[in-house]
Amino acid sequence: MWWGGAGLALLVLSIILSLSVGSAHIPIRDVWSIIWHAMTDWLTGAGDDVGSSPYRQIVLQVRFPRVVLAVLVGAALSIAGAGFQGVLRNPLADSYTLGVASGSALGAAFMITFGLPYILLSNWTIPIAAFCTGLVSLLIVMRLASINGKFRTETMILAGVVVQAFFGAIVSLLIALSDSLMNGIVFWLMGSLQLRGWPHVAMLTPYVLVGGIVMLALARTLNLFSLGERQALHLGVHVERTKKTVLVIGTLISAAAVSVSGTIGFVGLVTPHLMRLLVGPDYRLVLPLSAIYGGIYVLWADTIARLALSPAELPLGVVTAFIGAPFFAWLLIRHKRKGEEAG
Amino acid sequence: MSDLKQESRSLLEAEGIIKSLGGQPVLRNVNLTLRKGECLGIIGPNGSGKSTLIRLLSGADAPDAGQVIFRGQPLSAYSKKQLARSIAVLQQEALPPVGFTVREVVEMGRYPYQNWLGEEQTDVEPLIGGILSELDLEALAGRPIERLSGGERQRVALAKAAAQQPELLMLDEPTTYLDIGYQQQMMEYIRAWQRIEGVTVVAVLHDLNLAALYCDRILVLHQGRVIETGTPEEVLDADLLEQVYGVRPTIVAHPVHGVPQILLQGSLEPAWKLKRTEDAG
Repeated sequence: MWWGGAGLALLVLSIILSLSVGSAHIPIRDVWSIIWHAMTDWLTGAGDDVGSSPYRQIVLQVRFPRVVLAVLVGAALSIAGAGFQGVLRNPLADSYTLGVASGSALGAAFMITFGLPYILLSNWTIPIAAFCTGLVSLLIVMRLASINGKFRTETMILAGVVVQAFFGAIVSLLIALSDSLMNGIVFWLMGSLQLRGWPHVAMLTPYVLVGGIVMLALARTLNLFSLGERQALHLGVHVERTKKTVLVIGTLISAAAVSVSGTIGFVGLVTPHLMRLLVGPDYRLVLPLSAIYGGIYVLWADTIARLALSPAELPLGVVTAFIGAPFFAWLLIRHKRKGEEAG
Repeated sequence: MSDLKQESRSLLEAEGIIKSLGGQPVLRNVNLTLRKGECLGIIGPNGSGKSTLIRLLSGADAPDAGQVIFRGQPLSAYSKKQLARSIAVLQQEALPPVGFTVREVVEMGRYPYQNWLGEEQTDVEPLIGGILSELDLEALAGRPIERLSGGERQRVALAKAAAQQPELLMLDEPTTYLDIGYQQQMMEYIRAWQRIEGVTVVAVLHDLNLAALYCDRILVLHQGRVIETGTPEEVLDADLLEQVYGVRPTIVAHPVHGVPQILLQGSLEPAWKLKRTEDAG
């Protein structure tokens, strides 16, 4: 409970701080008066008081949605990561290592680069396309990694790397063949929240909400999974059904996040681990806390990405990797030691 | 009349079970009847199909042909949660090194009774507390599983099975990785449970002496077939064991309980003597 309260407080504080800084130097007082006015207007149903501040557009249409989006993407990737780790009983599983992120990027990049969604349907189709290709890459990785129906951590990571490299190459090829900017390749492979707005928030929110609720409803079952599939089975768990549900929901949430932000590594891996270190193995706590702290993680990563080389931007994945990769390395060493102790 | 009585006393029956794994026949036409309240031991050499049989009897796997009848209905007619309320399984491998505490894991045994929010109609606290004290786990209740020894973990697994309040307890070589102290402790706990609650037990056991001490009846499985079923005295016969295991043991009566016990004959020829003979040859 304590960690939850602390997390929420930290999240609010992070949002306030992140909103207040940016490449356009806007006085902090102005930022907050704009947000205050927008909120009261929205609550009272008053019309737009155009021209109250020259910065209004930047704060409300650039910074604010971007901050919200960063939190949503972080929450999405962390919930998915926690679910994957729980159901596969593999501490190194997440949408990035499983190749789901690269697979989703392929679907989304295809739809966006070739302008299909605007011809066919609305924005909503991009996550669906990303979901389909994400699911395909997940199936390929699981197929490659399974030895007699069991997954070894090492083989799974290896299979994930292979699929990730391959799908990444296809994404690069697609973009190189189209006339869109080369910039797009960096976006899909390293992730960014540049030029994202409220429509993207609207696109991602339902996936994160519904997926998160379904995942949370399965938290108790995930706890039983940690004892082993057969133990769970004899306690009355529908093992195969639960496994499929969690994998599909995890892929769906990841795909929605990737559609908006490109592939961002290490978030879904690091956050659930950190939460387990803080509050123990109970997924009823790990899942919601992962969402909160994952949101904070990506929010800060994105704030750094915006500011570090301002006015130029760093790819978001660069920042998350700078924080996440050393942690991942430490995790591997710990895992190795545990393996040695076990025999 | 006696037939009817017999019928009502049987809890679980296997009828003509056939099962192949990877194209290899593992069980060829197994029939067995489990009586209410008894402890049935299943013995047999490695690869005789014991663990596969337990998987089928517990509903973890379905047979290729034949069926398992539990309380008059095939296993497939029960939902997973219904089965988990009636049948608990204790596996060979102890619990994995998870961070959950002993109490939390024992409470997981209540899963089949809980609604989707994890709530139950009655207060389970007295039940959990009773089980913990019964199995001497009170002092360990707050300790994470990953910090327990193998013997303690197996005891927690038994406590979790007890929390399921099953009618039938299945044991799949539960003492394999335990030293003799924990082996005997484990079997004593199970026997006490059986006596007090009237729970029925099926146990796959590697150790024939344990089987003779703790089982009312023993079933011998050999190459996927039931060779013999009977009391320990009837089954632990030197000829039969030689046929099944390929070695002829010596059988003595237990000095305290009188049940048959197995001694391996071996060869007391010293190793250096054997070597000499080889050299001479």
